[in-house]
Amino acid sequence: MKAIEVNNLTKKFGDFTAVNNINFDVKQGEIFGFLGANGAGKSTTIRMLIGVLEPTSGDAMVGGYSIMNDSEMVKRHIGYMSQKFSLYNDLTVAENIRFYAGVYGLDGKKYQERKQWVLKVANLENMENMLTSSLPGGIKQRLALGTAVIHEPKIVFLDEPTSGVDPVSRRNFWDLINDLSDAGTTVLVTTHYLDEAEFCNDIILINAGRLVAQGNAKALKTNYIKNPILEIESDRVVDSLEILEKEKWVGETSIFGNYIHVILNDDTITEKNITQLLYEQNGIKIKRIERIIPTLEDVFIHLIEKDNK
Amino acid sequence: MLFIIFFFPVVLLIIFGYAINFDVKHIKIAVYDQDKSDYTRNYINGLISSDYFDLVTYVEDSDEIKGLLDEKVVQAVIVFPNDLSKKLMSKQDVKVQYLIDGVDGSTASVIQNYVNAATYAYSIRLTKEYLAVHGKNIYVPIDLQPRFWFNPELQSTKFLIPGLMGMILIVTAVISISLSIVREKERGTIEQINVSPLSSLEFILGKTIPYIFISLINATIVLAAGYVLFGIVIKGNIFLLLFATMVFLFAALGLGIFISTVADSQQVAFQAANVTSLLPSFILSGFIFPIETMPNIIQVLTNITPAKFYVVILRAILLRGAGVSAFWEQLIYLGIFGTIFITLATIIDKRSRGKN
Repeated sequence: MKAIEVNNLTKKFGDFTAVNNINFDVKQGEIFGFLGANGAGKSTTIRMLIGVLEPTSGDAMVGGYSIMNDSEMVKRHIGYMSQKFSLYNDLTVAENIRFYAGVYGLDGKKYQERKQWVLKVANLENMENMLTSSLPGGIKQRLALGTAVIHEPKIVFLDEPTSGVDPVSRRNFWDLINDLSDAGTTVLVTTHYLDEAEFCNDIILINAGRLVAQGNAKALKTNYIKNPILEIESDRVVDSLEILEKEKWVGETSIFGNYIHVILNDDTITEKNITQLLYEQNGIKIKRIERIIPTLEDVFIHLIEKDNK
Repeated sequence: MLFIIFFFPVVLLIIFGYAINFDVKHIKIAVYDQDKSDYTRNYINGLISSDYFDLVTYVEDSDEIKGLLDEKVVQAVIVFPNDLSKKLMSKQDVKVQYLIDGVDGSTASVIQNYVNAATYAYSIRLTKEYLAVHGKNIYVPIDLQPRFWFNPELQSTKFLIPGLMGMILIVTAVISISLSIVREKERGTIEQINVSPLSSLEFILGKTIPYIFISLINATIVLAAGYVLFGIVIKGNIFLLLFATMVFLFAALGLGIFISTVADSQQVAFQAANVTSLLPSFILSGFIFPIETMPNIIQVLTNITPAKFYVVILRAILLRGAGVSAFWEQLIYLGIFGTIFITLATIIDKRSRGKN
């Protein structure tokens, strides 16, 4: 059963193509990661899927409704939370909950039940009379998610929900996303934190409006980089990088703190060749060198650089 | 915010009601009496027995006159020649000079009229006395009896209050509604509303209903203050007044909603609301400056402010107690004004949904 089906979706702003003919499916109940750099077209795609922006061409079915013809029905069946917290800062916690419950037509017993649920997930039980502006970022964000799903939608869109939040709050927030998913809610989440992408069942990567990769994290790591990849830790990181980049057999390089990743173009090159190049010819001491499985970051940098060429 | 909304009208009313007063009273005069006779004394008493003139000082030397007018100690100086009584007794014509500070043209012409009237009255009196001595009566065939209707004492506050009420209502309605919608845009909360099943109409109604109540409360405050401070009573039908006010608010809120669709920040919205509501309703509504005396092209321009039409309606209901037949055209205009702006706002809003 598919929760979302995207078919040839395109959005143009004048001459600029923000989203270029993308296709993907999201399965019911999964956590679907939507990755890409800033300006790659993530938010534009989401805004089309939630029915606030009309596509230039193509269509998508969200929860069984077409975003072209039935955007009002789409809106009834989804929840949405953006990077800006869409809560009213000058209202109290309870007033915000009451307002959004009203917007979605909840009342009576159902309202009381959902209100308690939202307060619980936001850890705000017995603090409902606090002013929203006085809440810490992590709590505010949980409250925002709680109110965004107050009407128990089948599908939830989260647009960079964790940007600007500390790591502990981010982790707690992902626990909440997992709970929603376990309860059968489909979650589509955009992020540029690659460690968060690892929590997703399925991932797509877009660059300059085009879809460049899709699959689960494991498939992405093995399917898109066939060449060997080496992790090298040396005493002169930048020098090593410059020397290696001059070699024909080096495909791509990237720095991760005090070590570098090198994707090789040539299967015959071994750790030995590199040691020889760096230490014997240039006197750089190598602390560690090993062949690794690529990380998502390697894969994405590789794919985006390839796509930009 | 709420405090400002309610406080603003009362402050404006007090400022305008007391400070902007076009009634010219207590004109300060000086007299240079070179004759010092019964005639001049009676003439002066005739002037200062009314509220219009206050005698500040007697001038003893013609050189003093310039200083008094320069330093604005007095607004007019009356100069009696030293042969006044002699000439009067020998039945010759007498020339009395009065010097008026002409910097403020409208006040100067009012002073001129008052002095003319007082002098004319005194002249008639002298003629009567002269004829009485010869056993005759003066015969003045036409006696003009002017009566000012609706505002018998020609109080300018009576004229100002309706204009002020129109201005306060349009300013609070346009500024507060446009700011309150643009604030949602600025903070991003409108995004959450757009995603919800709430329709545009529901959103707009939810936004406007509180401001309609606030505006009606404001109108009540202005009317109550007008009664307490300036004794202005509503002569006409209060339900007609309420109805006309609702139609006016519809026009004003239409303008506010329109501004909120074009402006992206509260700053822009505030400026736009100010320029489209405060300034025209102040200058072009006929609130202070009569439209009939404006140049033709400006007269055409006055139609851009709904306040102009509301002021006509208010004056009709408040001062004249007139019925709907006196201002149905204005009501229709206000309805059209509001409809045009709400339609424009809807079109622009639909377009922007396709765009960003």
